Amino acid sequence: MADNLTAPSPAELEDKRTFTINFGPQHPAAHGVLRLVLEMDGEVVERVDPHIGLLHRGTEKLIEYKTYLQAMPYFDRLDYVAPMNQEHAFCLAIEKLAGVEVPRRAKIIRVLFNEIGRLLNHIMNITTQAMDVGALTPITWGFEEREKLMVFYERASGSRMHAAYFRPGGVHQDITPQLIDDIDEFCRHFPKVMDDIEGLITDNRIFKQRNVDIGIVTQEDCFKWGFSGVMVRGSGLAWDLRRAQPYEIYDELEFKIPVGKNGDCWDRYLCRMEEMKESTKIIQQCTALLRKTPGPVLPEKSKVAPPRRAEMKRSMEALIHHFKLYTEGFHVPAGEIYAAVEAPKGEFGVYLVADGTNRPYRCKIRAPAFPHLAAMDYLCKGHMLADVSAVLGSLDIVFGEIDR
Amino acid sequence: MSALDDHGAHIASALGRAIVSYTVTHGELTLHAEASDIVQVITFLRDDRRMQMTTLIDICGVDFPDRAPKRFDVVYHLLSMRKNMRVRVKVQADDETPVPSITGVHPCADWYEREAFDMYGILFSGHPDLRRLLTDYGFEGFPLRKEFPLTGHVEVRYDPEQQRVVYEPVKLTQAYRNFDFLSPWEGMTLPGDEKAKS
Repeated sequence: MADNLTAPSPAELEDKRTFTINFGPQHPAAHGVLRLVLEMDGEVVERVDPHIGLLHRGTEKLIEYKTYLQAMPYFDRLDYVAPMNQEHAFCLAIEKLAGVEVPRRAKIIRVLFNEIGRLLNHIMNITTQAMDVGALTPITWGFEEREKLMVFYERASGSRMHAAYFRPGGVHQDITPQLIDDIDEFCRHFPKVMDDIEGLITDNRIFKQRNVDIGIVTQEDCFKWGFSGVMVRGSGLAWDLRRAQPYEIYDELEFKIPVGKNGDCWDRYLCRMEEMKESTKIIQQCTALLRKTPGPVLPEKSKVAPPRRAEMKRSMEALIHHFKLYTEGFHVPAGEIYAAVEAPKGEFGVYLVADGTNRPYRCKIRAPAFPHLAAMDYLCKGHMLADVSAVLGSLDIVFGEIDR
Repeated sequence: MSALDDHGAHIASALGRAIVSYTVTHGELTLHAEASDIVQVITFLRDDRRMQMTTLIDICGVDFPDRAPKRFDVVYHLLSMRKNMRVRVKVQADDETPVPSITGVHPCADWYEREAFDMYGILFSGHPDLRRLLTDYGFEGFPLRKEFPLTGHVEVRYDPEQQRVVYEPVKLTQAYRNFDFLSPWEGMTLPGDEKAKS
């Protein structure tokens, strides 16, 4: 027996009877397929060990075997709650590396759908967070609105969720004036629905009891754990990539960046609520801009964009270009780039290594929720078991992007 | 000389031989460092008043099999929210010599390093808990290495007799076809092409 080890006396063992429980992978509050191994001391959480990877599909490996255009739809399947925001990061990476200029109308459409994505995400998150702590009604109200937004996705791209709408150089198709009007109409009545949801949960006693002062994140924690997005803003840091490192037309738009004060689950909820209001305003500014800005949505005479159909009927070069683009794909010059967007959950980044061929050599996807979930042990230590689901809800995790 | 070049020169002069070189491409500053000095580099970038790279954004591996034995790049992305700047640090690694872990500098490196280990088999010394992260319990091999086949080595199915999920070698009814469209006229072999040649 090694003498530096002192065996715990039976009395000590009696005192410290931690037991382990499994939370998930099939638990509704796990928001997908998360297995948390919780070490509990009575009802107090001592250690959280998240086991992830149950939804690992090898996206990064698959992307290495596809052309750039074929790799694009994989990004919809990462964070499937706000699909187009992910596509955006990948397109930005390609555009930066290949030096592609995006037409102005395409930029506006991208911003418009990014903000719709933000609404989709925040509605989902807020209402499921409310459900995690016991409120069932908000989710039914929220999902009605989400459905309307998904119809906008469908009318632009042909698909409710996995849109594959953004293209390197722009977006696939222009949107119709009727769609712009309908989005405008949606923005007029949506604040009313938000007020209703707010009325249900913001000052609700149970909701506050479960969220106020739970999962507090200080500014120092934000740096230490690599947080971004609402996790940072909830703690009072006004950090938003749309403002700090503007892409597309965000520097022209007017919007506020809501910040929290205490960094608890409640503040993060309030931040998301305010962000939805700001997003609605951005969408309205975009629709107004779109009406004033006609023009192409893909660069003309570019190697990355297909020729127009009418052109293909007359020009042999256009026909060859079309064929080459959809078989061989375009080549991206060798180099490396990191492109990040402010996705609804935080900083979504794509680190792209190109070797000059038609396929990415390496595409690392930096998912915002990945470091958030990694901090789960730190955030939950000392909390009660019931708080685990409240913290998990406010982290805003989706396993498509964490497991990749 | 751009601001990024300035920063690069500042870091290189402060750290001396820990920084092999630095480059500025596409408006991004990349530092090439020695793997053994990575903790020093990352700590300096975090604490230096001019850089304040307080947020670790990402760590990832990249595989270059032709460069063996130092076939891996470990790429660190850092962000400074105060200075609104990004820096990329790259070190080279092989599959035997561990890279010093930076979990002591940035706690969130924990999972990123576990992922790099899981995907490439890059070892990190001083990591508190270097387990696999994303792959299945009991998984063998390192899936993002270039020699790892896209189809993998095993497939799973539910065996009703044993009443559990069993692993079996991958059986494909049709061989995986890796279309090389680099030149659509020459690179692709379709079934039946071999008859035309003989």
